Amino acid sequence: MARRSRAPGAALDKSAARALLTTMWRIRCFEERVAQLYRTLQVHGLIHLSIGSEGVAATVCGHLRDDDAVYSGHRAHGHALAKGAPMNETMAELMGRSAGLCRGLGGSMHLVDTAHGLMGATGVVGGNLPMAAGDALKSKVDGSDRVSVVFFGDGAVQAGHFHETVNLAALWELPLIFICENNGMAEFTPRSAHTRVASVCDVVAPYGFECRIVDGSDVAALWSTAGEFVEAARAGNGPLLLECGTHRFRGHYEGDQQAYREALEESEEAKLDPIVGLERLAVTKRWLRKADARAIEAAARAEVEDAVAFGRDSQPLSAGEAAEFVYAETAE
Amino acid sequence: MAQTTFVKEISQAMARAMRADERVIVLGEDVAEGGPYQATLGLSEEFGRDRVLNTPISEGAVCGVAIGAAQAGLIPVVEIMFIDFITLALDQLVNQAAKAHFMSGGQLSVPMVLRTQGGSGGRAAAQHSQSLEAWLTHIPGLKVVMPSSAADAAGLLASAIADPNPVVFVENKSLYFRREEAAGDPDGEREPIPLGRAHVVRRGRDVTIVAQGRLVGDALDAAERLAADGIDAEVIDPRTLMPLDLDTIADSLRRTGRAVVAHEAVRTGGFGAELAAQLQDAAFDYLEAPIQRVGAPFTPVPLSPTLEDAYRPDGDDVYAAAKLAVEWADVVEPVTISERPD
Repeated sequence: MARRSRAPGAALDKSAARALLTTMWRIRCFEERVAQLYRTLQVHGLIHLSIGSEGVAATVCGHLRDDDAVYSGHRAHGHALAKGAPMNETMAELMGRSAGLCRGLGGSMHLVDTAHGLMGATGVVGGNLPMAAGDALKSKVDGSDRVSVVFFGDGAVQAGHFHETVNLAALWELPLIFICENNGMAEFTPRSAHTRVASVCDVVAPYGFECRIVDGSDVAALWSTAGEFVEAARAGNGPLLLECGTHRFRGHYEGDQQAYREALEESEEAKLDPIVGLERLAVTKRWLRKADARAIEAAARAEVEDAVAFGRDSQPLSAGEAAEFVYAETAE
Repeated sequence: MAQTTFVKEISQAMARAMRADERVIVLGEDVAEGGPYQATLGLSEEFGRDRVLNTPISEGAVCGVAIGAAQAGLIPVVEIMFIDFITLALDQLVNQAAKAHFMSGGQLSVPMVLRTQGGSGGRAAAQHSQSLEAWLTHIPGLKVVMPSSAADAAGLLASAIADPNPVVFVENKSLYFRREEAAGDPDGEREPIPLGRAHVVRRGRDVTIVAQGRLVGDALDAAERLAADGIDAEVIDPRTLMPLDLDTIADSLRRTGRAVVAHEAVRTGGFGAELAAQLQDAAFDYLEAPIQRVGAPFTPVPLSPTLEDAYRPDGDDVYAAAKLAVEWADVVEPVTISERPD
């Protein structure tokens, strides 16, 4: 039986709602702009957008400290921004410029910002899982109350790394939170084509640690559950797994024609959109007015334009400069 | 002088590093029990099981844990019991560890050592006997160390642990229990040996033999036989394949004009091929003969003792290759341009 963590997480309130909405609009506007920039070859590489799952990134990272670690996957923009990566440098990184977070050497799938605890993102599905466990091992060795979080999709659950890491994390009782964004699709094919196990929680059930399914478009539910989980991990009751049901509004990657699935009706999309849901809740609760929400959105769009200008002002590294980063310098 | 063994030097080098720096941890299958070759013997007793961690048989995740722990500030020494099993950890090693510093624009570093052992001779067949180090030298961001003696093993491991990059430390199982003279007090300190500096094991004028790992000892035996034939061989152990001390090796080749590259790995695509190409680039005008390569045939390692013994490159192969390099002009008819086929 899964053991239950004790204290319920703090309920969503006015200030948290406002902060989350701001984070989610920053991610949404950033990614919408990235999609445009991709079509005109101004950002490079394989671009995977997280539109539809901003609520997961915002709520989980909203409970984390700078020294808590986040490992992300190929759909990393939201996690990076929510964890505190500055938007200017994040955009410059996607543009391959030297002012980018990683000097333009990593790009969309490999965002790192150690100053804010974004310790890695990987384009190899599942590859981030054991590294996050290693980060959590450091906390355990130190006796620190740092928490490690790893974001991954349901597609990663069929990878060997997932099972090996879940086993190790449970065995060593690591302060690690697995956050599965289960959008029901692994690249181009539905989950049912990959596994007979109904939920990710079913997969990890035998290990006996806390796992829970939450609606990834319900920001209030995400906020309180994520808070509860982070508190539990910080208190040494890890690992834990949170399975967030989300909808992937875009294709697997930008340019994906999505011939494999039917488009949703607009009214259905709105029901699945965490931003629409949070705004409706906040207005109903009188935490903010519709005009406040529009102002938050407008500010996010303006910030994104500044970030694009920031990126354009910077040049890529030279080949010689880039080669300097292959090895860390050895002390004499 | 007191005697020592390769495994003893390895375990003591780890113990010294763990005493000096509490960030150093050891993890791997059965390491807290000493491991199948006793390379981690005594560590869990001295440092406890919080710093000497037994792991499940999960090479991929264990390597990933080491990387994540290194990125967070620990210095993990992770053991992959046989290099044959490194295949299971290659995603982590190649896609994550090797690229972290580069892809993060220098924000991350991965100060870890992956210790493993390879080599044939144990009658263990093709999945426990390979020499796969050349694969690793193909990956920018990894360092690859191959000690050839107990004396070198301790000093090289100390430097590998101190290095801020992911270092793969490839030991050879047939060297583990060979008795050697200790480089000092058998339980005392050892000088670190810097990575990227080759060791000229024997000075000579007529032919340069560059040998890796177990083949260094075989090359020295071959050099004695060559000496009896009036051939004065220089034997160089690169010690680290990446970074490679090409200068020392190319300088030697410029003096001798002839070279043999020798390793236990399959010859095709082996590190000797890379070394021969780099030497040709560096010293083509000095070559008196084609660079000779010694390595295993292009088959998996066979089980049967007679087959395995025939398969293993040894001193006889090095001797024959060096003879051919030296006598090239006498045994090979020169071809003039006009005789070349169209």
